[in-house]
Amino acid sequence: MRVRRMLIALLAPVSALVLAVLISSAAVLLIHKSPITTFRLMASFGVRTDSLIFAANEAIPLFVSGLAVAIGFKMGLFNIGVEGQYTLAALVAAYVGAVTPVPGVIRIVLILLVAMIVGAAWASIGGVLKITRGVHEVISTIMLNFVAFGITAYLLSHFLKQQNLRGDFVIKTKEIPSSGLIPSLNGLLRALGVHPPAGSELYGFLPLAIVIGVAYYVLVWRTRFGYDLRASGSNPDAARVSGVDSRAMVMKMMILSGAIAGLVGMPDLFGLYHRYTIDFVAGLGFTGIAVALVGRNHPVGIALAAFLFGFLDRAAQILDLEGIPKEITIIMRGVIILCVVIAYEVVRRIVQAQEVRAAAERMRLMTQEAESVPA
Amino acid sequence: MIAETAPAVQVRRRPRFAVALIVAGLILALLSFVRSVTGADDLTSSGTFSATLRVSMPILLAGLGGLYAERAGIVNIGLEGMMILGTWFGAWAGWQWGPWAGVLMGMAGGATGGLLHAVATVSFGIDHIISGVAINILAAGVTRFLSVIAYTNVPGAGITQSPQVKGSIPDFNLPVAAGGHIFGLSTPDVFGWIERKRWFFLSDVGALLKGLTGNVAVLTIIAIALVPITWWILWRTAFGLRLRSVGEHPVAAESLGVRVYTMKYIAVVISGALAGMAGAFLVFEEAGIYREGQTAGRGFIALASLIFGNWRPMGVAAGAGLFGYADALQLRSNTSILALLLFAAIALALVAVWLLTRGRIVPALAVAVLSGMVFWWHAVANTVPNEFIAITPYVVTLLVLALAAQRLRPPAADGRRYRKGQSEAV
Amino acid sequence: MSESVPVVELDGITKRFPGVVANDRVELRVMPGEVHAIVGENGAGKSTLMKILYGMQRPDEGTIRVAGAEVHFRSPKDALAKGIGMVHQHFMLADNLTVLENVILGFEPRRGPTIDVAQAKERIEKLSGSYGLPLQPDRLVEDLAVGERQRVEIIKVLYRGARILILDEPTAVLVPAEVEDLFDHLRELQREGVTIIFISHKLEEVLTLADTITVMRGGRTVATVKPQDVTRRQLAELMVGSELPRPETRESTVRDDIAMSVHGLTVRTKEGRVLLESLSFDIRRGEVLGIAGVEGNGQRELVEAVMGLSPVVEGTIRLGERVITRWSTRTRRENGISYIPEDRQEMGLLLPSPLWENTMLGHQTKEPFARGPWIDADGARERTRLVLDDFRVVAPGVDVSAYVLSGGNQQKLIVGREMTADPLMLIAAQPTRGIDVGAQAAVWDEIRRARKLGLGVLLISADLEELIGLSDTLYVIFRGRLVARLDPQTVTPQELGSYMTGAHLEAEEG
Repeated sequence: MRVRRMLIALLAPVSALVLAVLISSAAVLLIHKSPITTFRLMASFGVRTDSLIFAANEAIPLFVSGLAVAIGFKMGLFNIGVEGQYTLAALVAAYVGAVTPVPGVIRIVLILLVAMIVGAAWASIGGVLKITRGVHEVISTIMLNFVAFGITAYLLSHFLKQQNLRGDFVIKTKEIPSSGLIPSLNGLLRALGVHPPAGSELYGFLPLAIVIGVAYYVLVWRTRFGYDLRASGSNPDAARVSGVDSRAMVMKMMILSGAIAGLVGMPDLFGLYHRYTIDFVAGLGFTGIAVALVGRNHPVGIALAAFLFGFLDRAAQILDLEGIPKEITIIMRGVIILCVVIAYEVVRRIVQAQEVRAAAERMRLMTQEAESVPA
Repeated sequence: MIAETAPAVQVRRRPRFAVALIVAGLILALLSFVRSVTGADDLTSSGTFSATLRVSMPILLAGLGGLYAERAGIVNIGLEGMMILGTWFGAWAGWQWGPWAGVLMGMAGGATGGLLHAVATVSFGIDHIISGVAINILAAGVTRFLSVIAYTNVPGAGITQSPQVKGSIPDFNLPVAAGGHIFGLSTPDVFGWIERKRWFFLSDVGALLKGLTGNVAVLTIIAIALVPITWWILWRTAFGLRLRSVGEHPVAAESLGVRVYTMKYIAVVISGALAGMAGAFLVFEEAGIYREGQTAGRGFIALASLIFGNWRPMGVAAGAGLFGYADALQLRSNTSILALLLFAAIALALVAVWLLTRGRIVPALAVAVLSGMVFWWHAVANTVPNEFIAITPYVVTLLVLALAAQRLRPPAADGRRYRKGQSEAV
Repeated sequence: MSESVPVVELDGITKRFPGVVANDRVELRVMPGEVHAIVGENGAGKSTLMKILYGMQRPDEGTIRVAGAEVHFRSPKDALAKGIGMVHQHFMLADNLTVLENVILGFEPRRGPTIDVAQAKERIEKLSGSYGLPLQPDRLVEDLAVGERQRVEIIKVLYRGARILILDEPTAVLVPAEVEDLFDHLRELQREGVTIIFISHKLEEVLTLADTITVMRGGRTVATVKPQDVTRRQLAELMVGSELPRPETRESTVRDDIAMSVHGLTVRTKEGRVLLESLSFDIRRGEVLGIAGVEGNGQRELVEAVMGLSPVVEGTIRLGERVITRWSTRTRRENGISYIPEDRQEMGLLLPSPLWENTMLGHQTKEPFARGPWIDADGARERTRLVLDDFRVVAPGVDVSAYVLSGGNQQKLIVGREMTADPLMLIAAQPTRGIDVGAQAAVWDEIRRARKLGLGVLLISADLEELIGLSDTLYVIFRGRLVARLDPQTVTPQELGSYMTGAHLEAEEG
């Protein structure tokens, strides 16, 4: 029984992957290149140690972003504003972290807290608009993204930038002192016998990300709050009738989602940039949506999806050298999303029909047995 | 609802057009007042109105696209992605062959996106919003990829932009009124003359009319014509009735022989085509090239104008005009945005008064506080920072949605999954 | 008329769904111009049979003959082409469209691409006049009362040339006065040569109106009789096959202390329109208080107010001694109010979730389902097994999804979970709607048991028999007010119907 369940659970992602590979191959053929060469190149380049570290580093913020989006999806809400939330949060957290005179570990905690608070606050605007005025959160969060970009640019250029930098064209905040940074995990890797080449540092945020993932799982599937959350997503009317305060639920969820979103920029802030600049990594919010969709809102799925996207990004870099446009991986990404979404829907429908049939059969037998037993 | 015996026939169709005209007049009067007070001529100049017209068209076209889809019960969040496809294919075909080919290819590109959305939502029953979001992501990726294939060795182009398109769409000037030509002879510019006189309100009307009739692209005229055409299609033809029925009560429609799936497909493909046309418009009227990120969220603003317009063609046009005005103003000058703040402050104050008369004290207070804050900002600031100007249309969208979201009536089955053969009773 | 060809003939019709045979070699013969009734209990297969006749379902076996010629319907359009039209129990009308638009949809008169509105209006008005069905084509359907909507449905099929009308439970949503109107319309239609097939489980109406009656039970045709040849009792026995389950109750179990009381309850919309006006009643422990009324007169608002789902409430609601008017829904539930919602799938279940998660629904903050902030899955499973056993819910296990259960079993699960939550008050809204006879009897048993255990029960139902049989006290709600307090032992359906429609007000004025 359990095995069968697991096989069914694998059916969708496997079929999605197969379909995605097929369509991507078609796209590659369209530009007169060999799909086999493409995949081979990607694979061989991708499994090098520095590639894996790169992929992991990219996956970590995507994982957090996916979680932020997924918690909304679980409730049937769409927080498309992760992009704006993490941008604003990263700026403010980087600034506060750099200028506040506190000892090392406290600085780290401060940065993280500020990021979460800013993210949550910005997301809550969308929540308030939804519960008081019924504004659909997709449109409001997208608009708020643009507003966040504007505010971020303004704050950075006018207030938060580091002064007295001559000849430096990049606008940025003051650098966070190294005592206030989360150290990379390369030391741990070396202890485990892995020797990453120079320049390749595994983000120290990884354990924190894992903690967030575990917390997400526990919260959603093991707590009363999580039950209410899932019930609201599954059947909002029934949830209301069962006592869930839907408006409070929306706010709590937006705040939670925003807080996690605020952390999306943290791995890169600590591991690479050490400050907020105008060139700070962008697009993590939108990719997070894709990651959540592909990962089916489950932390393990999201982790795998995040790593897959990171791997694709890295593996793509070799393709240029062979004359294959690396943007093929962007197509792969889009195709994967669509295939996963469709495959899951189709499989769900098949499984549901089959379950109904099987159960009806069993229940018919049960009724027959009950009737044949003398009262 | 409490059952009641049938009352006398209610006249449901209030003269909507007349009300809209009056409201528009009042807004123009207030703008005129603010213009006189602040001297920010751009608030009501013909140049601004002309720009408004130009900038609203993509929003209008995409909004009409959204209208077709949602009237058939499909939420189309993917308008942005379809518009992106429209910009890319429009620019590419425009570069190869010229403007009209560009428009057609842009429509085709958008329609393809629409077809994909239809397949996902109608045939596979996927949640409309998820499908739309996926299509937006896919569209961005596809256009990037296509740019790599098409533009890598083309001078003046690259992976994020196309080369200049060939030619442009002709303009049209209304003769006599706005200084056009009759038989090759140039005619006087009556509206322009009225505008230059700087009379209160009358000059502003003149400016408005000149903006609407001078240097108007043919494509704009087509787009505007689509508004009454859409109304006629949806409310006067059998096709339109069936399309609307599918969005109101698909089970009933199916039981009467309406091909629900087919109607939804058609509606969503039309939706994509119009969004694609919007993209092509962006290329030909604004930049002359395809540039990555060109759409800048206009697809979502179009959705907002759809909601603001209560799912009616005229309403979508009004919404598009509003957002277009905000966008046009921020492109033109800084002082006018400052003046717009004054306008906003006064308008909010009026809204607060109106809320008070309705007995809604708390919202009235909130709006009054907002009005006060905007007043203060206007009084204190010399200029509005560039970063804030750029986000004017998005803020306006939020404000409008926040204030107007209540008295709306979307199609009854909008956004709901429909499976053929489903029935109400268990 | 001795050797007339039947206008509709169904032979050996069989239709299977997963787990159940809905129609088993059904036979039906309808003569032209007659009123033919099909009777049977919930789940007897009448609706399925008519859906097959109307082309909405395809039979697995059997033949359909119209006027002697065999036909195969692939959709309602085919059936309409042969002159068969169906008026559904749940109206298929789009609220946001006008009467005219609803009537002509799919069959629009054209002038080029546009709709010829003038021609449509003319035809509708002609039909309306000749069949005596008054209608206003330009009104939005959502503004119409129930009886008017039904007329729109009838005109809809007549407009398409239907000469054989199928009516599915047409009187389910009407009160006695409106039923009279409907019967007049039907008789008029019959005079114009239209054949009428109607499905019902209300025997009095069937005996009054029909020329021929076919009885169905368990998916089979059991008998075809003429009303003059059969008594109501005989008909009932044919329908059920054995003794009718009676909802009657005997001794009073009403105690002195009050389980719930409501005083001056008034509910308004945001715009100030009154939905409930100054309702006051007491429910004692061990008492079943029934509320009768036509759907849409405030029952839903009453339930929402009592459950805490209503935002604007004036007046007082008490649970025992405590004032609960401002309590949240969750608090009310935690303190002993259990609720059987009127739409189990929409409001009472999480269909894709396993049964044990459904048992928790409404009680997810208490033992045995939760411990502190954590949910106790094992406790929930244990309790679910208990409920399945005690309430005889047929289910393959506690981990299956709720959608595999039949309607009756879903309802029994809900009743079970609400009863085992140790309640003080039970709110039951339409508790036996749409479930099979066996489940219905089980639910009635549970309500009687609740009574005996000393719970207070608020019973809201459209089933007059259920109300009269189970209630200790009976109120009637009309336009948001309680207009009558009646003794279920002595009240007659006519009296009840008169209060339900407000006829008594006219009588008082007149």
